[in-house]
Amino acid sequence: MSKIAKAFENGPAFIPFLTAGDPSLEKTEEFIHEMIRAGADLIEIGIPFSDPIAEGPVIQEADIRALRAGTTPDGIFEMVARLRKTTDIPMVFLTYVNPVFHYGFERFCARCEETGIDGLIIPDLPFEEKSELDAITKRHGLDVISLIAPTSEDRISRIAVEASGYIYVVSSMGVTGVRSEIKTDLRSILSVIRNTTDVPAAIGFGINTPEQAYEMTRIADGAIVGSAIVKIIAQYGDAAGPKIYEYVKMMKDAIR
Amino acid sequence: MVEYNTRTGTRFGLHGGQYVPETLMNEINRLEKAYEFYKNDPEFNAELDALNRDYSGRPSLLYYAEKMTRDLGGAKIYFKREDLNHTGSHKINNVLGQCLLAKKMGKTRVIAETGAGQHGVATATAAALMGLECEIFMGKEDTIRQALNVYRMELLGATVHPVTSGTMVLKDAVNETMREWTNRCADTHYVLGTVMGPHPFPMMVRDFQAVISREARAQILEKEGKLPALVTACVGGGSNSMGMFYHFIPDAGVKLVGCEAGGKGIETEKHAASINRGEVGIFHGMKSYFCQDENGQIAPVYSISAGLDYPGIGPEHAFLYDSGRAQYVAITDEEAVCAFEYLARTEGIICAIESAHAVAYVQKVAGSMSPDEIIICCLSGRGDKDVAAIARYRGGDLHE
Repeated sequence: MSKIAKAFENGPAFIPFLTAGDPSLEKTEEFIHEMIRAGADLIEIGIPFSDPIAEGPVIQEADIRALRAGTTPDGIFEMVARLRKTTDIPMVFLTYVNPVFHYGFERFCARCEETGIDGLIIPDLPFEEKSELDAITKRHGLDVISLIAPTSEDRISRIAVEASGYIYVVSSMGVTGVRSEIKTDLRSILSVIRNTTDVPAAIGFGINTPEQAYEMTRIADGAIVGSAIVKIIAQYGDAAGPKIYEYVKMMKDAIR
Repeated sequence: MVEYNTRTGTRFGLHGGQYVPETLMNEINRLEKAYEFYKNDPEFNAELDALNRDYSGRPSLLYYAEKMTRDLGGAKIYFKREDLNHTGSHKINNVLGQCLLAKKMGKTRVIAETGAGQHGVATATAAALMGLECEIFMGKEDTIRQALNVYRMELLGATVHPVTSGTMVLKDAVNETMREWTNRCADTHYVLGTVMGPHPFPMMVRDFQAVISREARAQILEKEGKLPALVTACVGGGSNSMGMFYHFIPDAGVKLVGCEAGGKGIETEKHAASINRGEVGIFHGMKSYFCQDENGQIAPVYSISAGLDYPGIGPEHAFLYDSGRAQYVAITDEEAVCAFEYLARTEGIICAIESAHAVAYVQKVAGSMSPDEIIICCLSGRGDKDVAAIARYRGGDLHE
């Protein structure tokens, strides 16, 4: 069974995201400890990319800060290995296909397995192109997290039937970033998913308030929050740790 | 249209594919279906032919550069004059096709990226003609370098968005246009400017640009009764060169050479030579060659020519390179500027600085070829837009 399943065993999951290396890998490690202490169920760790086409300005800027700080995949793997010594929380990477391809699919997945990464989210590797990576990730016990979007229509069940780990339901059109309102008919998307698979589904893109997280976890198994946390990091920098703890605790309390 | 066997499914060899966010997958599938239907639709083709003829001014001339031929003392040099098209470059060939297709698909709005502004101006032109709402994304740096083109697009009724993310140039404009497309695709078509991006764009843009070689091949056979020994064009993303090469691909005796932006030299970091200096990667929807660093981050690229200032190359070019069918050389800024000046003085043609990269290659090789041999070089655009920048390159203080 997928190690990720654990995140969804005790009610709705709260899934925070942050960009590795923003402002430094030491701080990222500290922030992840704060998230875990505050009740996070799974951590999404962004590997920064020069051209993150699925991200809004907040995460784009975090990627730039992290790259300027000299963040590399190897540095991130070392950080994950250190984290793994003290926690068994599921952790996944979110990144774009080129850094993974350039590292080498096989070498990258082997390093994930060694250091204790449980899954990969690659927004620019859609269903049609995942076969290149599939056999390799399976061999290394990694789940490739499938994304389903408001425009997926007839593709929902096709994607869901092959999903593993969890399904990332994209709440809205466009890129990541805080939204005051989520208009997509998520209920009907979730019902198609439910009719197709038992793999848990979490909703992301736009969620930032406890109320939104609560609503989302009434229809899905988890809520993913990225930009709101990255904003805290942008604002408080090295001192963001306690603020992240407070925010994650507030969000987790709201969905219990 | 005839299609040679360069493509398998969504790929050209190992290159190409459809690496885009899930949000866009149904949209590009719909686009592919629509294109597959309309490309064989006699009515669509008749409309496009009429636009090409009556609006754009096709067929473009195949001009024998007699003075240059004599001066270089070797092969006979012909120029395919895409610079004489309406809007001044080959870009119009693609946008007329895509905007017509967008209309057929029921779209009411088009968006596009632009570097120097040529593709943006062409898209704004076609949108004005066909009554489509038009929004152009252009790196902030480029809106400053090419202020005149920004105003041109606005005159044509388009809204120009300066892109302030990343390095604020062409690749960032592509990122931002992709982002806007994921934000709104139901009524919006993304008019991609070159033979890149996810399938079907590389195939579709090539087909619309293939009119260049379809005409040129017939024209040279009529004028000379034989095929050229060399066909050459500049390569950024690769649309004019793909169009210039396409109908010559099956002619094994015709050497195909693409001229990449060597910038300040490919031994420096200041170039945009994706094939000569890049590595295989996956970006902007496709697998191909990209300039990138040791961690797979897309590298900032440089060229005096804003139209060649792109870190990747279309997947069909990557395939032609892998298979050995085409060769790719790098031409420096200095060589291109000298060719720009040479062509102006020798033939009275001020060509785009992009096209001057191919002219520079002709200058290098024509003299060592036999007078029985023929070169066709694509003049992809006219150089009015570059005059001030060339003056500044030569130390002048000329601003538009």
